[in-house]
Amino acid sequence: MVDIQAANQTAVSRMMEARPILRGVAPAKDVIPGMKPNLLLHAGPPIEWERMSGPLRGAVIGALIFEGLAKDEKEAVALVEKGEIEFDPCHHHDTVGPMAGVTSSSMMVYILENETHGNKAFSNLNEGYGKVLRYGAFSEEVIAKLRWMNDSMGPLLAKAIEASGGIDIRALLSESLHMGDEGHNRNKAGSIIYTAKLAPWIAKVAADNDVESDLLKALGDNALSVLNPVMAACKAMSASAHGVEGSTMVTTMARNGTDFGMRVSGLGDKWFTAPAEVPDGLYFPSFTSKDANPDIGDSTITETAGIGAFAMAAAPAIVTFVSGTPQDALNATLEMYEITIAEHSHFTIPQLEFRGTPTGIDIRKVVELGITPRVNTGIAHREAGVGQVGAGLVRPPMKIFEDALVAYAKQYNL
Amino acid sequence: MSLTKSQVRPGVYYDSVVLMQLQRKLAALPGVEDAGVVMATPANLELLADSDLLEAAGKAARPEDLLIVVRASSEAKADEALAQVDELLKQRSSGGANQAFRPRSLAAGVKNLPAAEWVLISVPGRYAAKVAHEALDSGKHVFLYSDNVDLEDEIALKQRAAELGLLVMGPDCGTAIINGIGLGFANRVRRGPIGLVGASGTGLQAVTVGIHNYGGGVSQAIGTGGRDLKAEVGAASMLQGLRYLAADEATEVIVLISKPPDEATAARLLSEAQTAGKPVVVCFIGFAAPAEQIGNVHFANGLDSAARIAVGLSTGAITPPAIEPRAGYLRSLFSGGTLAYEALNGLQNFLHPIYSNVAIRSSQKLTDPLHSQAHTIIDLGEDVFTVGRLHPMMDNDLRLRRLKQEVEDPETGLILLDVVLGEGAHADPASELSSAIAAHTKARPDIEFVALVVGTEEDPQNTEEQIHKLEAAGARIFRETTAAVDYVAARLAAAPSAAGKELRPFAEPLAAINVGVESFFDSLKAQGADAVQVDWRPPAGGNEALASILEKMKGK
Repeated sequence: MVDIQAANQTAVSRMMEARPILRGVAPAKDVIPGMKPNLLLHAGPPIEWERMSGPLRGAVIGALIFEGLAKDEKEAVALVEKGEIEFDPCHHHDTVGPMAGVTSSSMMVYILENETHGNKAFSNLNEGYGKVLRYGAFSEEVIAKLRWMNDSMGPLLAKAIEASGGIDIRALLSESLHMGDEGHNRNKAGSIIYTAKLAPWIAKVAADNDVESDLLKALGDNALSVLNPVMAACKAMSASAHGVEGSTMVTTMARNGTDFGMRVSGLGDKWFTAPAEVPDGLYFPSFTSKDANPDIGDSTITETAGIGAFAMAAAPAIVTFVSGTPQDALNATLEMYEITIAEHSHFTIPQLEFRGTPTGIDIRKVVELGITPRVNTGIAHREAGVGQVGAGLVRPPMKIFEDALVAYAKQYNL
Repeated sequence: MSLTKSQVRPGVYYDSVVLMQLQRKLAALPGVEDAGVVMATPANLELLADSDLLEAAGKAARPEDLLIVVRASSEAKADEALAQVDELLKQRSSGGANQAFRPRSLAAGVKNLPAAEWVLISVPGRYAAKVAHEALDSGKHVFLYSDNVDLEDEIALKQRAAELGLLVMGPDCGTAIINGIGLGFANRVRRGPIGLVGASGTGLQAVTVGIHNYGGGVSQAIGTGGRDLKAEVGAASMLQGLRYLAADEATEVIVLISKPPDEATAARLLSEAQTAGKPVVVCFIGFAAPAEQIGNVHFANGLDSAARIAVGLSTGAITPPAIEPRAGYLRSLFSGGTLAYEALNGLQNFLHPIYSNVAIRSSQKLTDPLHSQAHTIIDLGEDVFTVGRLHPMMDNDLRLRRLKQEVEDPETGLILLDVVLGEGAHADPASELSSAIAAHTKARPDIEFVALVVGTEEDPQNTEEQIHKLEAAGARIFRETTAAVDYVAARLAAAPSAAGKELRPFAEPLAAINVGVESFFDSLKAQGADAVQVDWRPPAGGNEALASILEKMKGK
């Protein structure tokens, strides 16, 4: 008979012991397994073009233009409708991407290596704010920014990271959690640490002062610049915990803007999906919840790994997402202890007397207590290309946990 | 005609979330059509421009400046709104302000209040046993208010609790007072030296109130639930409570309250009470008490008298002599029938099982009067023994032979004899009996001899001399039956059974986790106890199919 307790301990220990190091930056086709020119990776569980939401479609169009496969929206859509383009979740290729998460073969991606278990994970580079591909924007300025990232930012970052010998993202997160970050919606401190760590190496390897200055400015101005390496680090951690026979621990949570998907360590590669919900949150000027797209992005990998909304207590500055007071932020984290297997051995929360963050979602506890995981998230406009309209809180639908529990009972003959 | 107006605050920084909140509040003000509050970064200015919120002052702002823009129906409205910015920034949402976290699971409750020793459970009966087991698993005492809990579950819970050195009060336990804090339904009574254990909630309430009103006070009032004294449960909780109070330094007098238990359970409880080393007032409503008092055990015939007696005892500083319990069975060889009957009437409450040829209850009937079993009281003056021979008051022969038989029985621990003096009786019974006692003592030094001597100093046998001879042989002498019964009951009262660990002293101040009915939590807080409320819900939201899968996955 399977020992669930022991299996979950193994899974959560692997996740916490994983030590993801940022090793470099390279074109997706050179490093991501199975990457090819007509393949686009996207956030969340598998989805076909017909069911894709506005922002995801927009990002697909933008990526095809960026790759030179289409010159405009019309051509891009025609290409897709002809069946020339293949889609696959990032997660099927050890990759994660924020919001639409669309990653194409020539895009520069971060390479994270889990030093403990040897597995790798990848994520694209962060575009910053405003009109960006990850929210489905594909105007000329968006494509131009992507080109700059690929031609200037990426290669210089690659050299700087290589020169630095690698950056320990787990250690960076341990530190940023003590500086008011929760690692998902708030990465201000982490991004500053990241910039500070890289700056000397960028200065050392840069051949051109202007490029160097632009890169430093892009990293320093962007409070999300470390989000993508953090997500890939979380992916490397959770992937190392996947496939533990008998474990009921969640190893993937991801949304494609239409469905919320989940995978469980002991249930193989099966996705459990249900319609994604619209986040509850605060909106930018002139937007309301009517403008919001259902939940989207792979960034829920942070909550999966024990940070993000699970570490909300560490980020009192953004408590308004959970309703208002620092006590509410504490309560958010305290609630997540109810459905998790362990307290993180590396990520701790000063506000809770340095208790480890709640880590390793146990589907049994979720179903038993009726508490779904909390997710902090950005909110995308439902139409392609408009961009971010707010930020807030969302929870996955309970159904995916119930389905997973039933599947578990079947697979393990309970 | 609407009007857009901006305010720039150079070098003022707020987190974007604070800004979004301010913007939402501004937009809700009368006359305001839209509002934008941002740090004036190029990206944010672009956003404002898209929403028609960017005008000259905004365009001139620098990235490190706070930019506040309102579009209002008139300039006056816009100014009014902008004038409120500082006030709005100071506002704190009061909804849920500092609302302490309410866990959903007992496990989280335990984590949040590690000091809690008690878990109060008032969830629906069908779920209650599971929650109670979980509480025991985490090392907590249980106050189980829920009813409709299966008897088998109650037995299993109490067995586990005893093994773990924990207490389960209930199921269906309405009342307790622990360290001065009322659990469930409890009256506010002063603290004092009287400890109670009750199988009846209102009984316990009535007696604690009585104690208070008579000027006394309560150390602990432990509830057991109404079924605790049923034979199947065997008074598991009452025995634990009794032992706890016996060992508790703050308790000087103990009160037991229940409906009448069955024989075996009553004997177990009363013999345990005998070893308490302090007065025990027994109020088993409707119970035929053998006497007002036997040793340290006082029998009250009602709740009020229990309270009155307890308060009297607690102020009277009565310390009954400590009598060490010993092992073995009682073998009592009487020559006087009524003396045998009176001894049985008293001892049946403490010694179980007890048999006699003058049985009061049918279950006490001795199978074979010629052979003792367990505790036995024999009237040797019965016809079966006296056919064709002299009455044992005149002739010791029969008794000496039976004495030998009992001494040869390894189970014998204490032998009680009566020596009835006076006209017509044997001229010197003590001589024959004491030499037999002396001889038997050599062979079986572990056997204790007790003699009940009935006679006056004017009787022909010389009572004093008779007593002297018996004492010289090692017998302990009593002059009337109840005194002998007191002693024998105390000596042979069942030694505390090894089953179960002793309860640790209840920690002060009391801290508890309340699972279920919220008013119990409120009342704990009102009494100054540290408490956590668990917002319990049925597992899997009451979905039976999912709950059954979860059940199968438990403990794996």
